[in-house]
Amino acid sequence: MATSKNIKAVQKKSAPFVSSVKSAFQNYAPAPESSDHIQLKPQYNLFINGKFVKPLSKIYYDTINPATGKKIASVAKGNEKDIDAAVKAASKAFESWSKTDPKERAKYIYRIARMIQERAREFAVVETMNGGKSIRESRDIDVPLAANHFFYYAGWADKLEYAFPNRTPKPIGVAGQIIPWNFPLLMAAWKIAPALATGNTVVLKPAESTPLTALKLAEIIQESGLPDGVVNIVTGFGDCGAALVNHPKVNKIAFTGSTPVGKLIQKSIAGTSKKATLELGGKAANIIFDDAPIDQAVEGIVNGIFFNQGHVCCAGSRLFIQENVAEKVIKKLKDRMKTLIVGDPMDKNTDIGAINSQAQLNKINHYIKLGQKEGAEIFQPECSIPSHGFFCKPTLFIGTSQSHRIVQEEIFGPVLTIQTFRTIEEVIEKANNIPYGLSAGVWTDKGSKIFNLTTKLKVGVVWANTYNKFDPTSPFGGYKESGFGREGGVHGLLPYVNF
Amino acid sequence: MNKSWISPTVDQVGVEERVARFNTRSIKKESKMQGMLLALNMIDLTTLEGKDTAGKVKQMCYKAMHLADDIEGLPTVAAVCVYPNHVKTAKKALQGSNVKIASVATAFPSGNSSRKIKLEDVKIAVTNGADEVDMVISRGEFLAGNYNFVYDEIAAIKEACGTARLKVILETGELSTLDNVRKASDIAIYAGADFIKTSTGKIQPAATMPVTLVMLQAIKDYYDETGIMIGMKPAGGISTSKQALQYLVMLYETLGEKWMTNEWFRFGASSLANDIILQLGKEKHGVYYSGDYISKD
Repeated sequence: MATSKNIKAVQKKSAPFVSSVKSAFQNYAPAPESSDHIQLKPQYNLFINGKFVKPLSKIYYDTINPATGKKIASVAKGNEKDIDAAVKAASKAFESWSKTDPKERAKYIYRIARMIQERAREFAVVETMNGGKSIRESRDIDVPLAANHFFYYAGWADKLEYAFPNRTPKPIGVAGQIIPWNFPLLMAAWKIAPALATGNTVVLKPAESTPLTALKLAEIIQESGLPDGVVNIVTGFGDCGAALVNHPKVNKIAFTGSTPVGKLIQKSIAGTSKKATLELGGKAANIIFDDAPIDQAVEGIVNGIFFNQGHVCCAGSRLFIQENVAEKVIKKLKDRMKTLIVGDPMDKNTDIGAINSQAQLNKINHYIKLGQKEGAEIFQPECSIPSHGFFCKPTLFIGTSQSHRIVQEEIFGPVLTIQTFRTIEEVIEKANNIPYGLSAGVWTDKGSKIFNLTTKLKVGVVWANTYNKFDPTSPFGGYKESGFGREGGVHGLLPYVNF
Repeated sequence: MNKSWISPTVDQVGVEERVARFNTRSIKKESKMQGMLLALNMIDLTTLEGKDTAGKVKQMCYKAMHLADDIEGLPTVAAVCVYPNHVKTAKKALQGSNVKIASVATAFPSGNSSRKIKLEDVKIAVTNGADEVDMVISRGEFLAGNYNFVYDEIAAIKEACGTARLKVILETGELSTLDNVRKASDIAIYAGADFIKTSTGKIQPAATMPVTLVMLQAIKDYYDETGIMIGMKPAGGISTSKQALQYLVMLYETLGEKWMTNEWFRFGASSLANDIILQLGKEKHGVYYSGDYISKD
């Protein structure tokens, strides 16, 4: 063809820069978010009764950046005595805070929300440095959502009688709140905002590996002028959390974390009058029907399992694809995974950041080995990962079945198991055939199919044609071993009130 | 019926989210420089006005070959795009260069005419020396559900093109839904299009990233099925180098590096070139300079 000859001539002439363009796009030039404006103190104390105080334990521990494995600050290791001091401060503050005009309570919560927005960039950078998640996610998801939770519950503070018509909601007392390391600031917001709006006081224990944004939040709370003792933040390890759960003056426990610890907590508070909400593990089914918008479903699969390195309790970690489109979906999924960028979480182009800790990386690698031993076909894209820090390639296991342990157990990493199904009845049975019941995803063009499934899947959240969408107005929580109680929305007020 | 003939459904919200994700990519330094040079090389420099004259076409052709001679190492654009009656003028003006001549045809831009006249229109363009023909589909027939009509028309025009490459304009601004965009893309591809193109530039909205993404996905599915590459041309509404880079990110992450040349991707644009030159000039001079330093042919 005459034209193709001409085309070749053009290609030849432009070859030098065209070939370098390819390499330039294969590895986007580094675009690191600056951390120059971040001032981290060398040492962080406990936030009790409105002041930063040295721990009675006199012990500090190192908190690291999981992307480098290097220490970034030392943090107080609170013990039973520190918890006691914090709970006493909260208990004392409850006397006046519970009687404060709800409109006044709302003002403080609004102020905290605005101050988070003002310091959003700082929060995003610190969240990424301490937790390993990509700056794209901490900047676009974690921090804005945290501010929005405060805004949302500020609005409820003086309208509680409308949330519970014909009933008189009263605050409970001191809420002991224990949060995980996967969304450190966001989980603090989920816990603190509804507690304050309903007139309770708080003792919060952040996860030991990610205390820094909670301590930054403590700075904001101090600056906001919130009365002393209304929010107390005690950093520490498991013993510190246990002391909080067992403290007699704590009236309510709110815990987000693993199912085994959730079970321990329930045992500990059995026979007491303590209320509890537990948001525990999950192993969600993400179900792709043959009439789904396939390209968008592939994107939803990626967001479902690789969001936050898979450190998400509601991650779509069990993929079910209708058999007649399975081959196509898997091919597209593999192609999409080849474009994922794994690496420095501070780079704005990074899709998958660092695994939160060495221990978690070991656990994930254990399951990746196990999956291969169980005979599932593994796929990982040929992406490069940094030689330092804790990183894991996005991983697929193809050809798995319900009896595989990698299908039954929560991995909490970027590892997806794929099963196929033929009929709706089959996929419902398989989706529900798990001790967990937190979330699920359904992909189909047919509305009636979506509503059919939402009534039959025994999970707290069903996403239709999307995945991992969060909003302060929407309740979140699980069934079965994924816990009980709801956070977010009007429902999120309920665990913090007595009638 | 071939199973690939059933166009998959498209979820608009999902498409828009994917586009937003492309747009968070931060293209800096070397990637940005190379991306801008590539974008320049992918431009179909276009004039499609009732008031076009031989003089205007000649001036634009010179610009196509000499984008900004004060900056070293600039490529030429890929092609110029004119009406069939200006193809001869353009051919003469572009002699000796690698810049191709694309001509719109088939009762552009509405496409409301008989098959006979449309074929004649194509013949004029090709006989006058067009390397590429940009046709419009019959949107009225498409929206009325006469897909066979649309398919047959494209196939007939492809035949009339001979060795010229055929770009099929879907005019997505008139197709209303992304499902329709996908359906029209599949019809055009299977009927013989070498390129699929979003818009005439005469209807708003012209090219958008969501529409382009759906078309790229149609191209990917066809390639996965047959191994045959189809080109893509978003046209109209892309006027800044930042937008161009966002399209290139989308192209790269959807179809991969094989498509990262002007053989398989074009920008239909008139003012994009000058914005890229402005950015490249800034890299050269260290400061932004006045738009008056850049020719406005």
